[in-house]
Amino acid sequence: MLDHLPALQVIVPLISAPVCMLVTRAVWAWRIATAVSIAAFAMAVLLAREVSSKGVLSYHLGGWVPPLGIEYRIDHLSAYILIIVAATASITMIAAHKSIGQEVADRKSGLFYSAYLLCLTGLLGIVATGDAFNIFVFLEISSLSSYALIAMGRDRRALTASYQYLIMGTIGATFILIGVGLLYMLTGTLNIMDLQQRIPAVIGSRTLHAAFAFLTAGVSLKIALFPLHLWLPNAYAYAPSMMTVFLSATATKVSLYVLFRFFFGLFSPEVSFEYFYLGKILLPLSIVAILTASFIAIFQDNIKRMLAYSSVAQIGYMTLGIGLGTQAGSIASLVYLLNHALIKGGLFLAIACVVFRIQSVQLEDFNGLGRRMPWTMSAILLLGLGLIGVPLTAGFISKWYILSAAIEQDRWLSAIVILGGSLLAILYVWKIVEHAYFRPSPNPARDIPATREAPLTMLVPLWLLVAGNFYLGLDTSFSAGFADTAMRAFFP
Amino acid sequence: MIAGHFNYWVVIVLMMMGFYIVVSDSNLIKKIIGLNVFQTSVFVLFISMSKVKGGTAPILTEEASLYSNPLPHVLILTAIVVGVSTSALGLALISRIHRAYGTVDETLIHEQDETQDEA
Repeated sequence: MLDHLPALQVIVPLISAPVCMLVTRAVWAWRIATAVSIAAFAMAVLLAREVSSKGVLSYHLGGWVPPLGIEYRIDHLSAYILIIVAATASITMIAAHKSIGQEVADRKSGLFYSAYLLCLTGLLGIVATGDAFNIFVFLEISSLSSYALIAMGRDRRALTASYQYLIMGTIGATFILIGVGLLYMLTGTLNIMDLQQRIPAVIGSRTLHAAFAFLTAGVSLKIALFPLHLWLPNAYAYAPSMMTVFLSATATKVSLYVLFRFFFGLFSPEVSFEYFYLGKILLPLSIVAILTASFIAIFQDNIKRMLAYSSVAQIGYMTLGIGLGTQAGSIASLVYLLNHALIKGGLFLAIACVVFRIQSVQLEDFNGLGRRMPWTMSAILLLGLGLIGVPLTAGFISKWYILSAAIEQDRWLSAIVILGGSLLAILYVWKIVEHAYFRPSPNPARDIPATREAPLTMLVPLWLLVAGNFYLGLDTSFSAGFADTAMRAFFP
Repeated sequence: MIAGHFNYWVVIVLMMMGFYIVVSDSNLIKKIIGLNVFQTSVFVLFISMSKVKGGTAPILTEEASLYSNPLPHVLILTAIVVGVSTSALGLALISRIHRAYGTVDETLIHEQDETQDEA
């Protein structure tokens, strides 16, 4: 049984998706989706333990030996990302029932949860597989289902946001497909480990240049790296609240994993950085992303859009870490990835709590909410501190790692931008805090019945994330420790 | 130069045509058509690379000893399925957009969103 874990990790959500669709009652669809998410989390933890004790796990699908057969390959990097994805999925699903019940019609919820499970399948599959073409297929499974999920938002703009994402996402995925095809043309293999060994022999070929360019552009689109981020703000702003939580913490993070896998695993860091100058592409774009997106975030009146722009900026930090091209930078980027998934997932979950009660994400409607929803608002405050990077929070650890990795290389411009981005983050987090705590409630007669605190089923997962934010701020043995081991495999 | 790489020139021309339609046209349905042309060009790219000179269809027979590479065909079969699903989903979205906005033109939709924001 334990031997089949790498495959089960992907297959269990895949098989439960159609089951969810057949269930007629909304509550059962939710129960199945929650149980599967928690099971996926348990499997991810087991896999991480296996990897820690036994080293890299290689699973041969159908018993066909790689490179001819398809291989699922779990190393430290994949185990780390699997845990992040499955943990987010569990937390989201535990909190989801009431919020989804309010935002999605009951007769559609079976379909909704099965689309969610397919999305989870795709995300876990991307991470588990060791085959370049498989990554494309799973990427499309997760993308297609997330387009459907985003389109379920109540505002009609969810439809156009989803459409825009569909166009840009498909172009990105097709670029990845072209890149993979060109690599196959050169080497005759699709297995990532096999490709890694064959690429040094074909260096200098123009086809390899083209493949690298297509992969970079395609993956950057999926990551929402500036200036290819245009699909992200609307998609996050108009998706159903709980799906924003799930996608913000997983979709772009898994795409970042693909970046790691392609440029560190498939090409080696040496080829990517010294031969193709990946750093010279990533660093300037990351710097512009951090500054521009943080700046735009300050002027948003829709809080979900504000946090979405903040996500674009935070993605900039992660690509900046990768762009440094050093082991320390990559570890910093991985630590950032985990901490940001936690913080931003938590913030969007808090917004979901607010939406559940007041049906609005406009800044003015947050006036006086600090008194009416004290638990939710204090969670936003504490997670906001993490987003800024105040000491004792997880956000501080990630900023610290990135900053020291930049200074180690004497990249002072990057270091200043990292600090400047934090200052800009103070501004937009402060806007929420100011409205929630220092503005009087709107016309009290209008909001009768008085807004109550969000239900416990949403508050408990939210505060779990807040606790995680402080736990990872104090104890970095999982985040930094695991990231360190993961990166050691790529930097000999 | 052109004759030797004829397939690849076709791929590039199709790819750029499809890409141009996606970027430039404001009609949502035409964008999906452009996306289809764009994806099809990639299918042609994969199929072209599987051809082995003098090779026949990859079915074991006693007469032939040289076969074309069947793997890219299999990959593209998957990619075609993905492409069909993308078009289906895109068209379904357009039909709902049409119901919500009464138009499938991107600029008009954008104008409606702007006026909604001001109201």
